[in-house]
Amino acid sequence: MTITGKKERLDRLAELVNRDDERGVSLWQEAFRRLRRNPAAIIGAVILTVFVLVALIGPFFVPYEPKDTIGIREGVVKSGQGIIPGASAEHWFGYDHQGRDVFSRMIVGARQTLLVGVVATLIGLAVGALIGGVAGAAAGLGGRWGRAVDNVLMRIIDMMLALPSLLLAVSIAALLGASLSTVMIAVGMVSVPVFARLLRVSMIAQANSDYVLAATSLGVRKPKIALTHIVPNSLAPVIVQATLTLATAIIEAAALSFLGLGNPDTAQPEWGVMLADAQPYLGIRPALAIFPAVAIIITALGFTLLGEAMREALDPKLRK
Amino acid sequence: MALLDVNDLSVTFARRGQRTVHAVDGVSFSVDAGEVVGLVGESGCGKSVTSMAIMGLLPRRPGTRIGGTAVFDGTDLLGLDDRARRDIRGRDVAMIFQDPLSSLNPVIPIGLQVTEVLARHRGMTGDTARKEAVGLLDRVGIPDPNRRLKEYPHQLSGGMRQRALIAMAVACRPRLLIADEPTTALDVTIQAQILELLKELVQESGTALVMITHDLGVVAGMCDSINVLYAGRVVETARRRPLFRTPRHPYTAGLLGSVPRLDSGRGEPLNPIPGSVRDVLSWPEGCAFAPRCSRRLDACLDETPPLVRTHDGRSYRCVDPVPLPGVVPAQAGQPGTPSPERNEEETRD
Amino acid sequence: MTDNDILVEVRDLKVHFPIKRGVLFDRTIGHVKAVDGVDLRIPRGQTYGLVGESGCGKSTLGRALLQLTAPTGGEVVFDGVELTTLPPARLRAMRRRMQMIFQDPMSSLDPRQNVESILTEGLQTHGIGGNRDERRALIGEALDKVGLPRWALSRYPHEFSGGQRQRIGIARAVVLGPELIVADEPVSALDVSIQAQVVNLLDELQESLGLTYLVIAHDLAVVRHISDTVGVMYLGALVEEAPSDRLYTEPLHPYTRALMSAVPVPDPDVEDRRERILLAGDLPSPANPPAGCRFHTRCPWAQPTRCADERPVLRDIGGSRVACHWAERIASEELRPNHAGAGVTRASDGGEAPESVPIPAPTVKADSTDG
Repeated sequence: MTITGKKERLDRLAELVNRDDERGVSLWQEAFRRLRRNPAAIIGAVILTVFVLVALIGPFFVPYEPKDTIGIREGVVKSGQGIIPGASAEHWFGYDHQGRDVFSRMIVGARQTLLVGVVATLIGLAVGALIGGVAGAAAGLGGRWGRAVDNVLMRIIDMMLALPSLLLAVSIAALLGASLSTVMIAVGMVSVPVFARLLRVSMIAQANSDYVLAATSLGVRKPKIALTHIVPNSLAPVIVQATLTLATAIIEAAALSFLGLGNPDTAQPEWGVMLADAQPYLGIRPALAIFPAVAIIITALGFTLLGEAMREALDPKLRK
Repeated sequence: MALLDVNDLSVTFARRGQRTVHAVDGVSFSVDAGEVVGLVGESGCGKSVTSMAIMGLLPRRPGTRIGGTAVFDGTDLLGLDDRARRDIRGRDVAMIFQDPLSSLNPVIPIGLQVTEVLARHRGMTGDTARKEAVGLLDRVGIPDPNRRLKEYPHQLSGGMRQRALIAMAVACRPRLLIADEPTTALDVTIQAQILELLKELVQESGTALVMITHDLGVVAGMCDSINVLYAGRVVETARRRPLFRTPRHPYTAGLLGSVPRLDSGRGEPLNPIPGSVRDVLSWPEGCAFAPRCSRRLDACLDETPPLVRTHDGRSYRCVDPVPLPGVVPAQAGQPGTPSPERNEEETRD
Repeated sequence: MTDNDILVEVRDLKVHFPIKRGVLFDRTIGHVKAVDGVDLRIPRGQTYGLVGESGCGKSTLGRALLQLTAPTGGEVVFDGVELTTLPPARLRAMRRRMQMIFQDPMSSLDPRQNVESILTEGLQTHGIGGNRDERRALIGEALDKVGLPRWALSRYPHEFSGGQRQRIGIARAVVLGPELIVADEPVSALDVSIQAQVVNLLDELQESLGLTYLVIAHDLAVVRHISDTVGVMYLGALVEEAPSDRLYTEPLHPYTRALMSAVPVPDPDVEDRRERILLAGDLPSPANPPAGCRFHTRCPWAQPTRCADERPVLRDIGGSRVACHWAERIASEELRPNHAGAGVTRASDGGEAPESVPIPAPTVKADSTDG
């Protein structure tokens, strides 16, 4: 070993004690680093980026007005006689049964689908997190009265859980009348129990941890402990669930539209509605069903891949 | 020929995108029948991985590589196929783990778990097996063994579970028993019971025992010969008394100096080893203990110190061992300050 | 000793946890008497060590003392103030003066807080340090005291080794300038070579800051090293309390003797010479403790009279407090261990192989389990 080699080693030794130039890496940052290294997360993120970009800026660049029954006007589409032309240079995905441009409808429908998925998930997350958060904090820190509050809230959640999710959505939709917001509320309410229970269980586990005891022994007030310690440490599973719920929300919204409980303005493109509309023409032009179906599946897959990757990245047991 | 001869055992874990970990690096030791050999070290020193590798219990992953040999009674355990290894395991070689609850099947009564072992390795069935199981439970000091046979692991206390596990381990009168931190999860009074039981088993049946522990006190009372591990390497091997009286490796000496003793006074400051094992991770070559060593020389940073064997059967990996009492070291360097002028003499080792 | 010198006094402290069962409505079917009538006093500036095996109630006692677990009965007087009846706001203010160090440094630090935030929290809560700079100065001092570098401030707990994490936990406690620190198993989660660093640190801090400690641990060697007075707990009650040196040279309670004889010492000569008192069986369930002396089911010296029906109280015997009816006669060796409940192993002198004297297995209640 040369003298310089030796010097390098001594420098490394010094480095071991002197690492002040680096900044700390929080658990969130660390999870993000792990996420970036996961191929599934990358694939999911790419799919979703494309989807979101299409949904946000696509509608400004569509070649045709999506509600325009151009094919019927020009006389090329006669769905009564089973004539629906397929792809062509002008109409990449062909016409639908009302002579509208399917490509334009798919792109504009992406925005609708994203909107329904995101808003529905946010509704579920907001209501669920509120109930779960209150129940979790009450059960974890509130003593005897807290446990009573928790009991009442959880029985309500149990009742919601007891109903099959689609049935619950259908009843809500039937109750409020078919509209776009009905779909969002219905799909959102279905995910409320999941978020509520998840956050509650996670918070109760954190409330029994040593660092909460440590904060108590410092003299920190209970509400502050709940907000600064318990909630941040309970969020990881909820975030993962939200990502996964986006996937199911899109599918459920499509299902509701398919059942005719969606937006009454059926001319407004939406993947679920398009799927429903395509049904009578499956024999003539199966592509009409395949386009929205594949789009729904790929989008849901994107959210699921990302969600599962996040679950792995945020799992403290896998951290090394 | 020793009963178990572990030679140059190494285990590396390679994971994509991460540094390869040398969990065990050239570990050699041997165990004779009726002998108690200790593997001592702190967390991450490779003592448990060593035992898992010998038992063939390391999970098979693409990045895991095991090298060296572990010859038990003429057969290399590392070269066996799964079937042959399963036959040897439990019959000739048995293992006891730290956490008895997770090593017992929670949904099967204790008795059935013991008779299963008897059926598999000794071909005992029915009443014979039952009687033998009762005898075994009684042997390991479980009161009322007839009733205990029908109980499930969760119905037993920690100490009783560990006894049941020992009963299963000794059911086939193994010739080698590997105990991985068998008493760490237990209270001291229960620990004393279990250690006493293990001692009796060794004395009565001539079983060889490999005792893996971090507790120097346990080692002092149990082991005939001791291997001290640090960062995957055996840094010192000695018989029990010489090791505790005159530790040669600075790590061994440091460990002994840092443990508070029941028979020492209040307030005498302890002599801790500075730093932590974590510092080793960024220390691929040279002596892994060098970053924490008060006797460090420049030579320690360059290459792995060779194994020095002394005439009294001891060995250690250190270029500048702690001098024996009464012996004035030939080169009285100042410990703690690496002195460059000493390099020439030291590097020739 | 005048009362002014006593920082903490615990009187007849009881913590009983209800055992609940029930399908629709929880019904209390019994109580786990985790702490069942403990009296102790800790003089200012001294260390009181509490030892005992798992389930003896030592951790619960520590938490009840700090009012982190509500006591079922009894009093805790801290510097003249009775804590159990204190209104919540005043208790919170009081917490600045009594802090805690936890066993597991990882789980007792919020993984999402960096060190600066961990150390600031207490200061903010108690309004210590007017602005950020003042608080930073205080935090810097605390880091120096526990031997952590300044770069630690922006780091998160998972970026440190076990020993360093424990130092963060200690810094969190001392930054508030407390008088009492309850340390619950402060070193048992650490590697052997690191334990000594933390033990020395605790000693140094006591010296420089005049701290009073209650150290709770199962490791008798650590407790002996660090404590002035040691209390031994068994099934929710103190069985012996003595000055540290005296307890180790002259243990009076049979349980203390057994405990002491069971601790392995890293010295082959001591190990070979020692006489081991092996206790039979396991700890009885604290939900259903034995009548009379709680230790009598496992006691090698148990006598046919008194032990089984009369609960012994702590008595003064030559500077120790002992809860045993027969302590004097055991000490004078007038009473010998009867072999019904124990085995005594005597190692043969000097030989490598100790010779064991097996004693017939116990017959009484020794098989009671806590499952």
